[in-house]
Amino acid sequence: MTTYGADILDRVKERFGQAGAPVEHAILVLAFAPGEIGAAARALRDEFGFELLLDVTAVDWPDRDPRFDVVWHFYATRNRVRVRVKTAVALSDPVVPSLTALYGSAAIMERECHDMYGIGFEGNADLRPILLYEGFVGHPLRKDYPKRQEQPLVPYREEAKP
Amino acid sequence: MNGRVIPIEVAGGGGKSAAFEYLTTRKDELVGWARKFSIFPYPFVTACCAMEFMAVSSSPYDTDRFGAALPRFSPRQADLLMVVGTVTHKQAPILLKVWEQMCEPKWVMAFGVCATSGGFYQNYAAVPGIDRIVPVDVYIPGCPPRPETVIDGIMQLQDKIARSQHLIVNDRF
Repeated sequence: MTTYGADILDRVKERFGQAGAPVEHAILVLAFAPGEIGAAARALRDEFGFELLLDVTAVDWPDRDPRFDVVWHFYATRNRVRVRVKTAVALSDPVVPSLTALYGSAAIMERECHDMYGIGFEGNADLRPILLYEGFVGHPLRKDYPKRQEQPLVPYREEAKP
Repeated sequence: MNGRVIPIEVAGGGGKSAAFEYLTTRKDELVGWARKFSIFPYPFVTACCAMEFMAVSSSPYDTDRFGAALPRFSPRQADLLMVVGTVTHKQAPILLKVWEQMCEPKWVMAFGVCATSGGFYQNYAAVPGIDRIVPVDVYIPGCPPRPETVIDGIMQLQDKIARSQHLIVNDRF
């Protein structure tokens, strides 16, 4: 049953047993293990009305283990509140469940996240490059990708080579 | 190139009262003069510089004064490839194909810093200057360039066209 009201965020915290969940940059942050993401997103959508998936992205902490945070933003259109969901994954196995079964828009945002950070989304059958191109090696938004490394598709003109 | 006399028919002149019947000039000067005032640009517009391109090509600044008014959206009808904005590596094959489809004579203008050098996009995505892909005749600095800068660039390109040799291969030239 969908639950509305001004205290929605308090009830979200209570529902997931995260009474101490912090508010960072004015958005409630919920942390989960990678395996819990599917169930948590389904609960947010079906029980609390977070029916809009705004963003799927990742954060690279090069000195931390596990190295990546995968981040989702959800929006409840009737309560006009947002919630941020995070999970940490390691470089050795950077895979989280896909939310394509719950949100159609996840398919494209997960492709972008896979392009840029090399995060795998289990259940997303189409992780072809979307912003990058076929043949691009590496993931450019990882911190260890050299800032000025180029992978040109057209051979440079001889007289213009730096 | 040696001097050459080119007969000019003066319309409506009629017999001895015509102001002049012959004009002495050099072939390259004549062809260059004609070409520099009939630049048909192909706007390869990719980014925010497009706003400045609109400003410079429409009435307040009016590139028509320089004969460069009529954008051709087919590269086969264009003389001047105006690369307006950032070109990414993913887009570079398209830029090269457009340039290859243009007929000679053709010129290329790098409009703004991104087309010139990549600008502040020194990263995995952007081509650091379209001269890596196609030869460039005139670079226009600015982010975006002021319309005056663009007009200065067009005038410098006109000077370049006027000064260059125009090879026309047929039975008369």
